[in-house]
Amino acid sequence: MVKQEREIGNRPDNTAFTQQRLPAWQPMLSAGIVIPGFVLIGLAFIGIGVALFVTSRSIQVLEMDYTGVEPTSPCFRCSDPDVKNCVCNLAFNIDTLFKGPVFFYYGLSNYFQNYRKYSVSKDDDQLSGDLDNFESPSDTCSPYETVGSVPIVPCGSIANSMFNDTFKLYQIVNGNEKLVPFDGKGIAWWTDYNVKYRNPSVTPLKNAFNNTVKPISWPKPAYELDTSDAANNGFINQDFLVWMRTAALPDFRKLYRRITEGDYAKGLPAGNYTLKIAYNYPVLSFQGRKMVVFSNVSWMGGKNEFLGIAYLVVGSMCVFMSIVMLIVYAKFKFPEED
Amino acid sequence: MTGYMETTQESARDKLVGEKERHVKANARDYNDKFSYADNHIKTSKYNVLTFLPINLFEQFQRVANAYFLVLLILQLIPEISSLSWFTTIVPLVLVLVITAVKDATDDYFRHKSDQQVNNRQSQVLIGGSLQNEKWMNVRVGDIIKLENNQFVAADILLLCSSEPYGLCYIETAELDGETNLKVRQALTVTSDLEDITKLMDFDGEVICEPPNNKLDTFIGTLYWRDNKHPLDNEKMLLRGCVLRNTEWCFGMVIFAGLQTKLMQNCGRTQFKRTSIDKLMNTLVLWIFAFLICMGVILAIGNTILESWSGRNFQVFLPLDEFQNSAVFSGFLTFWSYIIILNTVVPISLYVSVEVLRLGHSYFINWDWKMYYSQTDTAAEARTTTLNEELGQVEFIFSDKTGTLTQNIMVFRKCSINGQTYGDVYDEFERKVEITEKTACVDFSFNALCDRSFKFYDGSLVEAIKLEDPAAQEFFRLLALCHTVMPEEKSEGHLVYQAQSPDEGALVTAARNFGFVFRARTPETITLCEMGRAVTYQLLAILDFNNVRKRMSVIVRNSQGQIKLYSKGADTIIFDRLDPSSEELMYTTSEHLSEFAGEGLRTLALAYKDLDEDYLDVWMKKLLFASTVIENREDQLAVLYEEIEQDLKLLGATAIEDKLQEGVPETIACLNLADIKIWVLTGDKLETAMNIGYSCNMLRDDMNEVFVISGHTLLEVQQQLRSANEHILGLSRVGSAGDEKANMLADDSVFEETIIAEYALIINGHSLAYAMEPQLEHVLLDLACLCKTVICCRVTPMQKAQVVELVKRHKRAITLAIGDGANDVSMIKTAHIGVGISGQEGMQAVLASDYSFAQFRYLRRLLLVHGRWSYFRMCNFLCYFFYKNFAFTLVHFWYGFFCGFSAQTVYDQWFITLFNIVYTSLPVLAMGLFDQDVNDQNSLRYPSLYKPGQQNLLFNKRQFFLCTLQGMGTSCLLFFVPYGAFSVLVKEDGSHFSDQQAFAVTIATSLVIVTSVQIGLDTHYWTAINHFFIWGSLTVYFAVLFAMQSDGMFGVFSSIFPFIGAARNCLSEKSVWLVILLTTVVCVVPSLAVSFLRVDLFPTLTDKVRHLQRFRNKQGPQEQNLRRVRRTSSRRSAYAFSHQQGYGELITSGKNMKESTVSSACSPGRTPHSPTWIENMLKRKNEVSCISDERTGAPERSSRAERFNSTPTGLNLSLTNR
Repeated sequence: MVKQEREIGNRPDNTAFTQQRLPAWQPMLSAGIVIPGFVLIGLAFIGIGVALFVTSRSIQVLEMDYTGVEPTSPCFRCSDPDVKNCVCNLAFNIDTLFKGPVFFYYGLSNYFQNYRKYSVSKDDDQLSGDLDNFESPSDTCSPYETVGSVPIVPCGSIANSMFNDTFKLYQIVNGNEKLVPFDGKGIAWWTDYNVKYRNPSVTPLKNAFNNTVKPISWPKPAYELDTSDAANNGFINQDFLVWMRTAALPDFRKLYRRITEGDYAKGLPAGNYTLKIAYNYPVLSFQGRKMVVFSNVSWMGGKNEFLGIAYLVVGSMCVFMSIVMLIVYAKFKFPEED
Repeated sequence: MTGYMETTQESARDKLVGEKERHVKANARDYNDKFSYADNHIKTSKYNVLTFLPINLFEQFQRVANAYFLVLLILQLIPEISSLSWFTTIVPLVLVLVITAVKDATDDYFRHKSDQQVNNRQSQVLIGGSLQNEKWMNVRVGDIIKLENNQFVAADILLLCSSEPYGLCYIETAELDGETNLKVRQALTVTSDLEDITKLMDFDGEVICEPPNNKLDTFIGTLYWRDNKHPLDNEKMLLRGCVLRNTEWCFGMVIFAGLQTKLMQNCGRTQFKRTSIDKLMNTLVLWIFAFLICMGVILAIGNTILESWSGRNFQVFLPLDEFQNSAVFSGFLTFWSYIIILNTVVPISLYVSVEVLRLGHSYFINWDWKMYYSQTDTAAEARTTTLNEELGQVEFIFSDKTGTLTQNIMVFRKCSINGQTYGDVYDEFERKVEITEKTACVDFSFNALCDRSFKFYDGSLVEAIKLEDPAAQEFFRLLALCHTVMPEEKSEGHLVYQAQSPDEGALVTAARNFGFVFRARTPETITLCEMGRAVTYQLLAILDFNNVRKRMSVIVRNSQGQIKLYSKGADTIIFDRLDPSSEELMYTTSEHLSEFAGEGLRTLALAYKDLDEDYLDVWMKKLLFASTVIENREDQLAVLYEEIEQDLKLLGATAIEDKLQEGVPETIACLNLADIKIWVLTGDKLETAMNIGYSCNMLRDDMNEVFVISGHTLLEVQQQLRSANEHILGLSRVGSAGDEKANMLADDSVFEETIIAEYALIINGHSLAYAMEPQLEHVLLDLACLCKTVICCRVTPMQKAQVVELVKRHKRAITLAIGDGANDVSMIKTAHIGVGISGQEGMQAVLASDYSFAQFRYLRRLLLVHGRWSYFRMCNFLCYFFYKNFAFTLVHFWYGFFCGFSAQTVYDQWFITLFNIVYTSLPVLAMGLFDQDVNDQNSLRYPSLYKPGQQNLLFNKRQFFLCTLQGMGTSCLLFFVPYGAFSVLVKEDGSHFSDQQAFAVTIATSLVIVTSVQIGLDTHYWTAINHFFIWGSLTVYFAVLFAMQSDGMFGVFSSIFPFIGAARNCLSEKSVWLVILLTTVVCVVPSLAVSFLRVDLFPTLTDKVRHLQRFRNKQGPQEQNLRRVRRTSSRRSAYAFSHQQGYGELITSGKNMKESTVSSACSPGRTPHSPTWIENMLKRKNEVSCISDERTGAPERSSRAERFNSTPTGLNLSLTNR
């Protein structure tokens, strides 16, 4: 025995880890957990679904296509690519108060902002104000990199294709057009405005753009995007920021303006309105559509019936499954012991 | 380890291509340098600091998976198709490469260290007239070196002289062939007197010999010295790796050094075993690859169509490069872009993770306390780390008998002396008492020289000895004289016997305890201590044992001058040579023998004969003559032996118990319950094998039929097999039509299931050779599979391998071979899994094996616990891994339809990079390492739990299909739920929100949560580590997400981290969380419901046991009540052979030589190493090729060997050329 005790050099350690005896929680899909679990999930989902659905219903949305494909459309005239500086008036009327704050979006469909080559076609360094990249934009911007040998700033397809229809909304009050003030501040993400996009620290801003050209499709250079507000120019122009945040799906909306001021702070009162659209942006060539959307929001954001319905469906399916499982369990439960 | 050896060896071999023969001159470095032989520096390491990187990388990229990712990387560098940044592939690839490289580097470091240690060993080299200490690596071919006792031999050297007489020296070759017994080497007579330095300095012999090779047991060369030629053979060589023993010193001349030594040449390639899951995995990866190409094609076609319809018009905003003007070409590029994007369906981390898992499982085997055998201090060892999960799928076990099922410890149990049996214990009512631990054993204290560990329970035998019963005395005298055991008296009265076979040891030990102590031997005398008196016998001749003779005899002259021949051997052989006067005794003894054999004891008959001087003189002369002839020496000797071994007088018989290992019957019963078929393949005799079968509970009396196949012709065997088959199938009709039908039915595997009755098949090696012929092998296999028990006896090592191969080939089942001896090596190597018992017969089996442990009974734990867990874990791991990667990757496929098939990625590139290696790797590894569905006790208690593994149920193509389908479903939901929500999603502050980055973050977060929940549901055994990894991974995901999308990171590398702020903006929205919640529930709930319903409707045994386990846990631990398997003691008549491995003691020419030399030079102090023994050893070495045959005890080896298709040469190769 003495010998045995001495020669235990190879004996493995007797620990819970090496012997695979670690204390462990061993959950099992027992009926007592699964069926009530399903019921709970189901009920919770139905609850959420109802809440979402009701909320979504309470949100007002006014959506108008102004592509001008149909000859009856007020913008039909403008949809001809040969017509320049065309303005079309889109008249509509609101029956009841459109509760504020009202958000005004433009929407594009069949527009592949998520096309890979398109979505990479920008120069992040340039857009964050790096002057070196003003002189020599990144290759990713190709073919909107240079004109001849002069660099384009901001370069790339995304910037070049920036949405350039402009809108003015008038309420018809006693036959007169009353301008509904638009608020264009803070419509872009805070991080985009403050961190991601930066103008070069050159004053005046215009000087930074010496020896560069504006994007081919732009009527004005970047430092003159907003003539009314000097701070809203260059790369931190709100509309530009909104455009640069590319959409995930080919049908998308982007925020254009908020309606929060003056008489319209509470919303758009019932009445007739005219939307004057400076129709510049060509989409018909690729069967694209343009639209404008008025909407208000709730705690869950904009109108979104999908979520509410999906929650209701999933919730009721969970409840249904729990019933099925209960029946199966009651009929076929295998003996717990034998 | 072996891999690198191949390369270094091949390079060494290349150098040697030109070398036809080797010229080595002693003490002439200049001369030898001309040939540029390898020096004694060995290098088993593969790399050095400079070459590590290129060589290691080159090797790693030879692996298909790595090469695949390299190709992907190159594709990614082509800007036109690069849809992912280079880092998405290079980061995981580098990680995988680094992990592997670190492992390789560590291995190589240890090799360097051991090389260095070996190379720096000191050796005494004769340089410039004196002995100088040199490092091993500086020893050169042609040097003369001195070795001292217990030193390793530094190179392959020619023995010149030694401290022992006649230039003998003893070596242990454990490192070479695993045999632990001593072997003898002898120098040439002409060189054996070169005993001092000056003589050695003048030695200028030249050796011309064979070029380096890997044959351990041959050497051909010639020594040219003083104008004489001296032939050299292997008996004069000390090979590197041996250890000098019992020899003060010796001198030798280096012939082969370093990598050219036979040891190094032998570190050859071992067959690389792969598991069936490995193979399946490779197939599946190919399928996935095909699937990947399909997806690529679909998306490419989509792209082409889109481009040709409308995409062209989108050029207003996205002008195309000129070369992309063709829609088809655009589709072609898209195809490659999508191949890059979707490459993650073939997970780069899969192979590494699988290796990590297997390594972990191996460690668990090594660490298992319950597979540690304290008596020999051996823990179980997983020598291969790549086969673990296959342990959970074993269907056939091929087991050796000796040393595996049995302990290979022989115990003298009973004897029959002069018609009287001894050994049983009776109580006062004359009833036999079963011998247990508590039974009082006989007190041998009267004998000062007794072996204390010897136990005997029947006191009457000692009484008989004490009463000086002449028969009993002669009986034990015979046992003390007639053997080839070497005694070693370390201190006065402390005797140690070195026996060739355990049987002999047991018999001599028995004689020792009964007062006939074998004390010492010289070449011509044997000294006994008979009842306290020292008696010296003159040893006149030893008539060696071999497997044809099956007996051995000695001729001795006792102190009174009487000459006696003592003989022991197989009963039938001895009985044939008995004097008629012993006839009556023969019948009685024969009865006793049947009784002994019935108890599974190994029996031996003993007889003696008085010889008269004149007769012996004549006979000795004939012997002398016969032993000097060259031709037919063996035959002539056999005739002579036969002549003198006649008219013997029977003394009695011995019965030795071949002790079963602990727990063998229980283990076999348990494995049987797990539907594992155990076949015993043994070299032993039919009866012995059957006996062991009965004692192991493999054969039982209540079996319906035990078929014994022993035919001598193909037809006979065929007939027997067919009739057995018909018997089982209940078809009694005989005739050709019936035959056909029987065959057809037998082929029907469904039919197997209906056989309830229990049958056993016993087939001997001879019949097996016929049954394995192509036309019969199916019949054999069908029959064997219908039987519960299959025992093949008297099979050669080659046949063992063939049987394994047969089953492997036709049954598509996982086979496991377990054995302990050199004769099991071929079988161990052939089977899918080889298990070695680290037992009594050396290390060869262990060295060839994949797993090793000390006791057969650990097999149960290895398979039912470790194997089952490994398989279970690996399968769950793979299912989850494929699920995860499909769920992760296919989202891109769905997105393809909504991004103009432009190969746009859904996720952030960093997410793609890190998903597999950081966010989801650890939880699944933890599951793969620690998961347990059923604990080890229950795994053992319910062997049926093992069956799913055999049926391949947990991971097969169907399972793969299901889990990829689940993955596809998940990916679909992961995409379309956010898609539905995102088309019009608006933030609470009204700002638009349907941008790509928010979409990416939402889907990525949902994916990480869904996969985490899924792994949580798949984990059955949540240890702290699982918790830590699962929660940790989620935490790490969010931490990394926010870190990468933080202002700071953007400030540093603005173009690498463009997702700035996405997480913040996105995950602060309630609606996003609602989407994530919805996605998670939708993805997880269906599988949850399905698995609940499955458990409820179709519970597997595992589910039931889990329930039970849970129930028990609640009740607290319960008493383990393992069923004891009843041992049936059935009477079978069997006559075991005496020497299970008796290499012959040949006293032929060697004997004569010794008689002439010993008388002049033998010093009394050196008796233990007498030349007799030396000769035997030498002889044995020569007969290495017979080991296998003799171990099998095949009686007519010479006549059968050819027919068995396993000639001694073939066996020899299989045994030694490894």
